[in-house]
Amino acid sequence: MKPRHKRLLLILAALAVLGVAAALVLNAFRSNLVFFYTPTQIANGEAPKNRAFRIGGLVKSGSLKRDGITAHFIVTDTAREFTVQYTGILPDLFREGRGVVAQGKLGDNGQFVATEVLAKHDENYMPPEAKNAVEQAQKAAKTLKQ
Amino acid sequence: MSTSLINWFKFASPASFYPLAGRLIPWFAAATLLLAAAGLWVGLAVAPTDAQQGEGYRIIFVHVPASWMSMFIYCIMAFWSALGLSFNTRLSGMMTSALAPTGALFAFLSLWTGSLWGKPMWGAWWVWDARLTSQLILFFLYLGFIALQAAIDDPRRADKAGAILALVGVVNVPIIYFSVQWWNTLHQGASVSMTKAPSMAHTMLLGMLLMALAFWAYTITMALTRVRCIILERELTSEWVKKNAME
Repeated sequence: MKPRHKRLLLILAALAVLGVAAALVLNAFRSNLVFFYTPTQIANGEAPKNRAFRIGGLVKSGSLKRDGITAHFIVTDTAREFTVQYTGILPDLFREGRGVVAQGKLGDNGQFVATEVLAKHDENYMPPEAKNAVEQAQKAAKTLKQ
Repeated sequence: MSTSLINWFKFASPASFYPLAGRLIPWFAAATLLLAAAGLWVGLAVAPTDAQQGEGYRIIFVHVPASWMSMFIYCIMAFWSALGLSFNTRLSGMMTSALAPTGALFAFLSLWTGSLWGKPMWGAWWVWDARLTSQLILFFLYLGFIALQAAIDDPRRADKAGAILALVGVVNVPIIYFSVQWWNTLHQGASVSMTKAPSMAHTMLLGMLLMALAFWAYTITMALTRVRCIILERELTSEWVKKNAME
């Protein structure tokens, strides 16, 4: 083996060790790296108590109620759900049935009082006509099942 | 008879790479202009409006290619660094330094356009989620690399120190890429990936790929231009530069 091949091997080995170390560190900090907690995680007591955190999930269809500039809506991950109360302007992409991330505290009554609401959108991009077609196809599939 | 048609080691010498780079630059510069014009035309004029985000999504045609490029350039820098450290080729270090400013530019562009996109869509300029934070670290790695190289006077030693930083930092690239899969993030998942069909309309995808190719061509143009300057600077006293400068 030539010295230059030895050096290359040494570099690759060092990179592999570094990669494993990074993987272990990130794994250890896994719980600190999440941006939000899902309703199921909160229900299981994984979210921090007495401290602000973020809840993330879908806005339940038909759950949005407005009272002046205070909005009430339900965040669900289809398994568990929490009511969120927020006073302020909701982002443009905030819609029922869409993703949302709210920052705030969980009150004693089980209601989440948010200080900030962010809209989370998905990675699908399509023209409105295509979206209508997709929605109609889904509706048709539903009626077929019934 | 040689087994390979091109003798790669010939072009590992700055003296023979200098004229080759000079000949390649105009082609890549022309490709940059053509591809960017086509990409912007498809992206801004041909691609349809998005059902969710309206016209605002069009920033994707700069944001995504810039982000891809910022990650890819760092990998290339790490590749040249590994080559330079093990084979002791002078050109490797020069290529690494030549790529760094363009990489930093794309990392900045990615953060900047992302911020402009985040405010109207998410409702925040910046959030500390895993994707955004790791991309910010990449930007700092580029700045750190440039600063480290600038701080060391001896170019060979600067190359070595920079190469180690580039190699250590490359661990961050897969973290950026997979952050949206590994953790809950506000940033959405990848629309285009190796493992599934792209989740966007075809013309949108075409515009994005054209812009990505334009950024590739731009990167090559800039890197070659910059490496020629670095070669001249470092080999100022050598015979071939004196001859070349006389022309």
